Amino acid sequence: MLFYSFFKSLVGKEVVVELKNDVCLHGTLHSVDQYLNMNLHETQVTDQDRFPHLIAVKNAFIRGSVVRYVQLPEDQVDTGLLADASRKSWPITEIDFLNIVML
Amino acid sequence: MELPDPYLPGAISLLDQLDKKLIVVLRDGRKLIGYLRSIDQFANLILDEVVERTFCDKFYSDIRHGFLLIRGENVVLAGEIDETLDTGLKEITGNEMTMLQEERSRHHNRKHDLPKAEPQRKTKHADMDDAY
Repeated sequence: MLFYSFFKSLVGKEVVVELKNDVCLHGTLHSVDQYLNMNLHETQVTDQDRFPHLIAVKNAFIRGSVVRYVQLPEDQVDTGLLADASRKSWPITEIDFLNIVML
Repeated sequence: MELPDPYLPGAISLLDQLDKKLIVVLRDGRKLIGYLRSIDQFANLILDEVVERTFCDKFYSDIRHGFLLIRGENVVLAGEIDETLDTGLKEITGNEMTMLQEERSRHHNRKHDLPKAEPQRKTKHADMDDAY
């Protein structure tokens, strides 16, 4: 639930998602769910020649299980906050995380 | 249409794509294009008027499949296609595509000095993702 909350706080930001099949997708995070499935809008494939099938795709639903990395801009992430949240361990609830973020 | 959270927790973002033409990329590398008719929480998909599109260089070739159910664990991504966008790719027949692919793989093998052609598709191992 921690990373679900974390990604929810990143909705609207630009990210690059690298998938296990090596495709890199650049786009705006539109929504995320508990399985970390993601919806990216204004999708662009980083390497258009290798993956021509994705040229015409504007919005993509990405299954969470196929994501290898999610590249985030450094200034969007408060790593101290994230580390604190992790240390408080997995029983942390979404409400707690949001409270930490707001204060 | 908004369903409350307990329903379809894993694929709620696909609800907006119902009855739209999507390209679905599978784990084995196949690309299926069809109209999304139904989904469930595992991202199992029902697609209608499905066409399997193979790409090679600047060409593509289609194989018609009709009505399919795709098990969610095989789905990599599902994207809405913008049909107004010109991809710059040309359609060729199935036979031409087979010949083109053989030629490509023979060329590739000659370059890398392999004894025989590599398989075109790689299957990924099953992952434990469905038990969340």
